[in-house]
Amino acid sequence: MSNHAEARQLHTRSLTHLERLESESIHIMREVAAESERPVMMYSIGKDSSVMLHLAQKAFHPSPPPFPLLHVDTTWKFQEMYAFRDAVAARVGMDLIVHINPDGLAMNIDPFADGSSRHTDVMKTQGLKQALDKYQFDAAFGGARRDEEKSRAKERIISFRTSQHRWDPKNQRPELWQLYNTRKSKGESIRVFPLSNWTERDVWQYIQLEQIPIVSLYLAKPRPVVRRDGALIMVDDERMSLARGETLQMLKVRFRTLGCYPLTSAIESDADTLDLVVAETLAARSSEREGRAIDKDSAGSMEKKKHEGYF
Amino acid sequence: MTIAATKAVEQRDAYPEKEYQKSLLRFLTCGSVDDGKSTLIGRLLYGSGALFQDQIDTLTADSKNSGTQGDNLDFALLLDGLTAEREQGITIDVAYRYFSSAVRQFIVADTPGHEQYTRNMISGASTADVAIILMDARKGLLTQTRRHSYLASLIGIRHVVVAVNKMDLADYSESRFRKLEQEYRAFAAPLGDATISCIPLSALEGDNIIEASERMPWYDGPSLLQYLDSVDLEIDRLADQSFRMPVQWVNRPDSDFRGYSGMIVSGSAKPGDQVRIQPSGRTTHISTIITPGEKNDVAVAGQSVTITLADEVDVSRGDMLCTSDLPAEVADKFEVTIIWMNEQPMLRGRSYLLKIGARTVTATIGQIKHKVNVNTLEELAAKQLDLNEIGVTDIVLDQPVAFDAYQKNPQVGGFILIDRFTNNTVGAGLIHFALRRSQNIHWQAIDVNKQAQAEQKQQKPCVVWFTGLSASGKSTVANCVQQRLYEMGRHSYLLDGDNVRHGLNKDLGFKDADRVENIRRVTEVARLMVDAGLITLVSFISPFRSERQMARTLLEEDEFIEVFVDTPLAVAESRDPKGLYRKARRGDLLNFTGIDSPYEAPENPEIRIDTTALSAVEAAESILSELTRRGILD
Repeated sequence: MSNHAEARQLHTRSLTHLERLESESIHIMREVAAESERPVMMYSIGKDSSVMLHLAQKAFHPSPPPFPLLHVDTTWKFQEMYAFRDAVAARVGMDLIVHINPDGLAMNIDPFADGSSRHTDVMKTQGLKQALDKYQFDAAFGGARRDEEKSRAKERIISFRTSQHRWDPKNQRPELWQLYNTRKSKGESIRVFPLSNWTERDVWQYIQLEQIPIVSLYLAKPRPVVRRDGALIMVDDERMSLARGETLQMLKVRFRTLGCYPLTSAIESDADTLDLVVAETLAARSSEREGRAIDKDSAGSMEKKKHEGYF
Repeated sequence: MTIAATKAVEQRDAYPEKEYQKSLLRFLTCGSVDDGKSTLIGRLLYGSGALFQDQIDTLTADSKNSGTQGDNLDFALLLDGLTAEREQGITIDVAYRYFSSAVRQFIVADTPGHEQYTRNMISGASTADVAIILMDARKGLLTQTRRHSYLASLIGIRHVVVAVNKMDLADYSESRFRKLEQEYRAFAAPLGDATISCIPLSALEGDNIIEASERMPWYDGPSLLQYLDSVDLEIDRLADQSFRMPVQWVNRPDSDFRGYSGMIVSGSAKPGDQVRIQPSGRTTHISTIITPGEKNDVAVAGQSVTITLADEVDVSRGDMLCTSDLPAEVADKFEVTIIWMNEQPMLRGRSYLLKIGARTVTATIGQIKHKVNVNTLEELAAKQLDLNEIGVTDIVLDQPVAFDAYQKNPQVGGFILIDRFTNNTVGAGLIHFALRRSQNIHWQAIDVNKQAQAEQKQQKPCVVWFTGLSASGKSTVANCVQQRLYEMGRHSYLLDGDNVRHGLNKDLGFKDADRVENIRRVTEVARLMVDAGLITLVSFISPFRSERQMARTLLEEDEFIEVFVDTPLAVAESRDPKGLYRKARRGDLLNFTGIDSPYEAPENPEIRIDTTALSAVEAAESILSELTRRGILD
């Protein structure tokens, strides 16, 4: 019997879509790690970051991933997220760099008072650029997916940035087969999106299949929330004050996506186990970014932020 | 088992197992907005339940504000991505969409249809299992249909669906559909051996998209989604080909483990299989395979794995592991098809970086055999390829690489070309076959070599390359330098642009492609002179960075000294000793550097000469002292 026939017998089924996506992501990570001088993996603590980190561990096993993790901290994440972040860093044994924009701290940027747009620009976009410049990273992995938002659907897997970190959607490099062009001149960089082709469903299914640890905020439990502009905002610390007429209530809620707590709305849910969350996600009737204030500032707002250097 | 654990298991069992068993199909949609392409994709997303309620709400609002379908949903609005494009009402780039059926997950590459977006379509097609070619039932086979079909066959898509759309506007007529189907099959037969399926449908009304349409009972084939659910996957076909894995990464956590990581692009592998490492040709066998799932009994095409080998052989990034009985070929000269993707044209004689598998090498464009008119498939003579043009050419690499013919294995026969300066991806290539001539001409080792020649002359050979505008003073300065070298007892030669064009290069004109060839030849001559031990002065306008860079890479690191004779255009033009600028300004002389042909100034020359501040003799002295500082003169 020929090698092929034998192997086909052992492997009679087609690869599943999750196996294909997993291998594609690993391929991208290896390629970028091999061709970059100072790669870094953005770590935002959310479920996509958890999946990306899990894939990185697989890609380089038995070696540890050959790059550090970078968290651009806004100081407004949920308390549970900070606890989870530190536990993960200790478990995986990778360097974790935490960067907080010192200018933003000095200005005392407050998403309640300053609005989501200014908060995001100063603490995330400017903070990210500072960190990339400070450590001279020439390639940064991000967990963004093309199914999240219209402008993301057109962004390349390897996305080139000028030395000012700007993205030019009209001048993107063609991407063919699995041949990725990671070349850049000194000072320029690339953003790399290994999860480009994953959907929200894929991410949840993969988390379930691989039993990947995620922040407990994704699971429903009674939490103190306030209804504001139609959204449920969790009161995570004393920096949030209630407006006249608002009342604090304990509701069983969870989050589909995680960001800064004042900008992230919860959904009421009974899904308090991973399996229930996945089942609920597969049956969901609204998209996950519905809970993110940042996308709604103005038409084409994500595209505008990406021009300016946002992930 | 605890109650909680039992509950978890029950939930997990209740969860539809087949959700995990779905396969993945990637397809490309070709057509324009007018053909209803966006509507078709929108309808697929909507019909398969891929849209969320808030997306439908947004769509409903957008349809009222800027839709073109009255009170109905305008599915086209779902798909326009970027703000500028939304304003222009056209899709400019490749956009990717995602949806799933009960058995498959789909990735849709949505590419624009017009000829100026050929590069986008080729990019989207390169990873597609299936191409959906849209045809308007009222208009039939158009130039665009021919172009899309040709491009799909060129890139090797093995399954083509002709979606005969707008059947609602053609009275759902069977005879109309049959006529179009017949016409298409007759046209496409010579294009290749892709399977062709024609489906009559209406994207607007939803006929034959998800389910069979009652309005066309005469059609007994599958709906579009039924077709996509059942068509063969390219990855399964690749799994039956010979084993190939480009090595991306050598995994070496400690001295006990040495693994080779990469994606298996075709075939399969298991422990014990004999493999050949190309291009070195060494053989060994596989010890273990680590797959992402950790199971290591067998791994197949599409999986990213790490493989350990039985023997300690030299394997590095860019090498390819192949089945030893049918390994990939190895060569350094090819006939290829190139799809050009950049505004700067591809020029004969110019060199680019070429990435194939995990290896990047230097490739020089040889003879361009012809280009193809993508609308008529006519073959035309060509000296260069412009944006979106497709042509057949020879290329020569600076080192041998492992490959298969593209038609046989697209994963190992496709490559990209990268510009050395902008780092842009400027072209895509498909290997036809190796040109064997390169294997019959071997380098003859000569005993009296460069070092011996140089020692006899007691000097260090090098190239001093003068670049600058016409009348910048290159030749005057070079001439002074050579006189001084002669006085010092040095052996030198001055290659002057005008003089060389009287002999060796008298067949060349002044178009870009000719200028590239002009420099390629003088570079080779300069190299021979360096081999002969000479201090070689080259005085050529040499307007393009690419070719000067090429000359630099062909010489040893300290053998190439670039002298930028930096004279502003206005000054050079005011000198105009040969009256050439006047002629060029009058339009009597075409392609004149600085007037209607570009000059790309060096970014980091070893020496910069400002002729407005220095006399020729002073300039020569400063060059000589720099040569002394660099150890070329003592």
